[in-house]
Amino acid sequence: MIDFQKVAYSYGGGELLSEVSLTLAPGSFHFLTGPSGSGKTTLIKLCYGELLATAGRVNVFDADVRSLSRDGVAAMRRRIGVVHQDCQFLDHLPLAENVALPLTVSGRDADAADLADLLTWVGLKPLSAQRPPELSGGERQRAALARAVIMSPDVILADEPTGNVDWEMSQRLMQLLIELNRMGKTILIATHDLNLIRSTKSQVPARVLRIRNRRLQLAGSDL
Amino acid sequence: MRAPFARLTAVFAGDRQADRVVPPTGIIARLTGFTAAAMAFLAVFALALSLASGRLAERWSSALANSATIRISAPAGQMETQTRAVLRILKTTPGIASARALTREEERKLLTPWFGPGLALDNLPIPQLIDIRETGTGFDAEGLRQRLSAEAPGALLDDHSRWRRPLALAADRLRLLGLISIVLLAGAMAAMITLAANAALAANAQVIRVLRLVGARDTYIARAFVRRFTARTLGGAVAGTGLGMLAVALMPSAQPDGGFLTGLGFTGIRWLWPLMIPPLAGLVAFAATRVAAFRTLKGLS
Ligand SMILES: Nc1ncnc2c1ncn2[C@@H]1O[C@H](COP(=O)(O)OP(=O)(O)OP(=O)(O)O)[C@@H](O)[C@H]1O
Ligand SMILES: [Mg+2]
Repeated sequence: MIDFQKVAYSYGGGELLSEVSLTLAPGSFHFLTGPSGSGKTTLIKLCYGELLATAGRVNVFDADVRSLSRDGVAAMRRRIGVVHQDCQFLDHLPLAENVALPLTVSGRDADAADLADLLTWVGLKPLSAQRPPELSGGERQRAALARAVIMSPDVILADEPTGNVDWEMSQRLMQLLIELNRMGKTILIATHDLNLIRSTKSQVPARVLRIRNRRLQLAGSDL
Repeated sequence: MRAPFARLTAVFAGDRQADRVVPPTGIIARLTGFTAAAMAFLAVFALALSLASGRLAERWSSALANSATIRISAPAGQMETQTRAVLRILKTTPGIASARALTREEERKLLTPWFGPGLALDNLPIPQLIDIRETGTGFDAEGLRQRLSAEAPGALLDDHSRWRRPLALAADRLRLLGLISIVLLAGAMAAMITLAANAALAANAQVIRVLRLVGARDTYIARAFVRRFTARTLGGAVAGTGLGMLAVALMPSAQPDGGFLTGLGFTGIRWLWPLMIPPLAGLVAFAATRVAAFRTLKGLS
């Protein structure tokens, strides 16, 4: 699904990521860890073409991201659900419409029942008419996760999806992702939360990637 | 690439939802509507001016072209014979509908404004005037001149062409100026809408970013802006054109012998011309916003 070949990235200064090779096979479940500022968000942005690698090659759905047209990038993003660390909502639209936005922009109507179910699952049903700026950080994160999965995308990339929610809610959100993974979706979650990783690993065969000294490593059994 | 017409109709086809994803552009959109109205109003007048001066140019040149004068200056003894000779020649000249020697009384009337009423014509060597009406095809002025000089040496043909030309030319220029004004108004409208669209796009950079992130195509995003500005411009232009036409309709009606000012209206089928202004304005808005939107979108990741 997503394949990095010796990818490097730099924001202009020194290289932030070097020689990153990574394969997200269909149906795989990965965690991405690393110290704050190590480049987790950057790596996720490379996956859906918001950033382009300064060296190496990123293949998504067997196509080089660099070679995609603008419409090609749009089509690729419809197959990837992303929970952005800073959420990225349209502040003038109510929460429900924000969650349904990926359907709207691809010309599809949101099935009202599905939307209601999803909002109920992430505990936002009572807030569906609120606008994003009126929500708490945790509520926004839950909405972002709902938006990422509403298209039933092939790949879900979640950047700290549980950073602002309590343990119980984070378990609930993880349950959603685990279910989707069991349906065959490919999942990558950036997180600092080791407890979350442990509890998830007991339910699905998840692997843990760690960014250390600009390189990406597969973490051992110490987790 | 779809045909331009299909792109145009897609703009108006349903999809209210697409409009909602871009927040209301408030003051920018309202000002666009107002400016479109003002420009359409002005365009109606430019069009009226252009049509009226076109009509005037035609009237002047046809009225003047259809008449000519022959002036006979001869010693008193020869006046009668030369006048008869000239009338005889005119009768056999193709292209002349009628010719008539002015009476002394008519000539006196013509001269009164210059010499006052107490003029004793009989004592003055006043030339005899002959008024000619042409047929539609007109006559050969050069041929007539030659025949006149042979048989009536005192006769001089004045076919008005000397002063007809600059008048008709002036009216023609006025028509051209009217048309140039309309083109300039269309250009100014395109420029104004481009500025407004750019302002709206810049104000919504974050919205556009989010839409791109969730997989919206450029066409989809552009359409939300294009639809909005086209609709505003169209609405403004309809209002402006309506008011402009009303103002023109309230002018004193165009009379055949009225001056230029009373002629500044639309007549008959020409009332349909200003109705072209709103669709034209809409088309300008559509093209200008589309170009502005795609240029801006290309610059964003
Ligand atoms: N747009 C940018 N321009 C320049 N530098 C940037 C930009 N975005 C991020 N950086 C820098 O790149 C580094 C990595 O940022 P990134 O957001 O990928 O880290 P992260 O691993 O996600 O951190 P965290 O765990 O805090 O979210 C940081 O040092 C950051 O300052
Ligand atoms: Mg981050």
